[in-house]
Amino acid sequence: MAGQNCLVANDWICGEYLRSRSHELTEATVQHIWITAASVLIGLAVAFPLALLARRGRHFAGPVLGLTTVLYTVPSLAMFSLLLPLFGLSAALVVTGLVLYSLTILVRNILAGLEAVPQEAREAATGMGYGPVRLLWEVELPLALPALMAGLRIATVSTVALTTVGSLVGKGGLGNLIEDALPSFFKAQVLTASVLCVLLAVAADLLLLGVQRLLTPWTRIRTSAGASGVQGIAKTEAG
Amino acid sequence: MGVIAEAWTWLTTGANWSGDGGAAHRLAEHLYVSGIALAVACLIALPVALYLGHVGKGGGLAVNLSNVGRAVPVFAVLALFMMTPLRNSGYLPTVIALVLFAVPPLLTNAYVGMTEVDRSVREAARGMGMSGTQLFVRVELPLAYPMIMTGLRSAAVQVIATASIAAMVGLGGLGRIITAGFNTYDTAQVFAGAVLVALLALVVEGVLVALDRLLSPLRRRRTV
Repeated sequence: MAGQNCLVANDWICGEYLRSRSHELTEATVQHIWITAASVLIGLAVAFPLALLARRGRHFAGPVLGLTTVLYTVPSLAMFSLLLPLFGLSAALVVTGLVLYSLTILVRNILAGLEAVPQEAREAATGMGYGPVRLLWEVELPLALPALMAGLRIATVSTVALTTVGSLVGKGGLGNLIEDALPSFFKAQVLTASVLCVLLAVAADLLLLGVQRLLTPWTRIRTSAGASGVQGIAKTEAG
Repeated sequence: MGVIAEAWTWLTTGANWSGDGGAAHRLAEHLYVSGIALAVACLIALPVALYLGHVGKGGGLAVNLSNVGRAVPVFAVLALFMMTPLRNSGYLPTVIALVLFAVPPLLTNAYVGMTEVDRSVREAARGMGMSGTQLFVRVELPLAYPMIMTGLRSAAVQVIATASIAAMVGLGGLGRIITAGFNTYDTAQVFAGAVLVALLALVVEGVLVALDRLLSPLRRRRTV
């Protein structure tokens, strides 16, 4: 009976809420995850060619970086609303908005990673007879991977948080639960959904960190040496 | 593109700008909460960041704070505030949320700006006999200025965006035009409100970029 009471008393933490609404919570979490994953993956697919284009010279870099910065300045509420006439009340609207946001961070980080590839590495590969495509895939991309992954982690964490604003059009994952709980001041639902959101962001960040370690085994030797791990984080911050 | 024409009509109709729920009042609310929040956030973040940067401590705090700021959804924080008695205190919940989200970019950027001051420049200043205060005011602060301004710009963008999300929990600001449009299925009003919010953010960013160029201590020295 004590469990029932916490719903009636509108407590912040309520075990009965977790039990009785577990289906609703799972559904919202799944929607949150797929909207975030779709946005980040599409963002990456769009950002990569944009970064390659921006690398071709100042001529392209200016407009690409300028446009993505302007997009990033537009507040999320306005971004989703501006896309309304194009997409209507759909998940595609939320995903498109989130893709546009992720571009700024992804393009900048991919570009920074590619530009940090040592010229000697490029010359050595060219001397060994590598063509431009093979040079990109086998030399430049692996060397740019740490910067790319750093950008991907920042973009993913922000996207998890921003997805909640999608509840404006009813496609906000856990944000929908928060929105639904507002009129009745349902504390347990707001707190549970908020905490799940933050946990999701942390889990996604750790997952990507694991992927990065698997993909770049050569950087682990340096990290295990000690303080350089902290420096790595500080560097992504500045980037 | 009928929506754009309808949104234009909405924006040019005087009645939509007047009154308590009108665009003029909403814009004033937006600027009021944003301005107060940005000022409070600067007062909190800049002294802490500049001091930590000057003594070269607390890097972990600066980095972690901005990571936390990114991971916590603005909407969730505002909704949590609405579950507490704070909801009855006017603009206070909005201002507190705005301050919380403006502090991380201000603090992290100012701190990074301070720590990136070249060690040899610091040592040269010390060697010339500068005191700690002189070093801070005449060397570190001018060199950290670009990063401090970068932080101020991202904080301002964050504040404008957060203030618009306040409308989703029923608090004042320009976002209310958008949410009111959603409630009445008025796509033209939603679009018009979104244009206003986006324009405000871009204008604020533009003004700060201009201010940055005008005030930059290094630029002035170069041109004179």
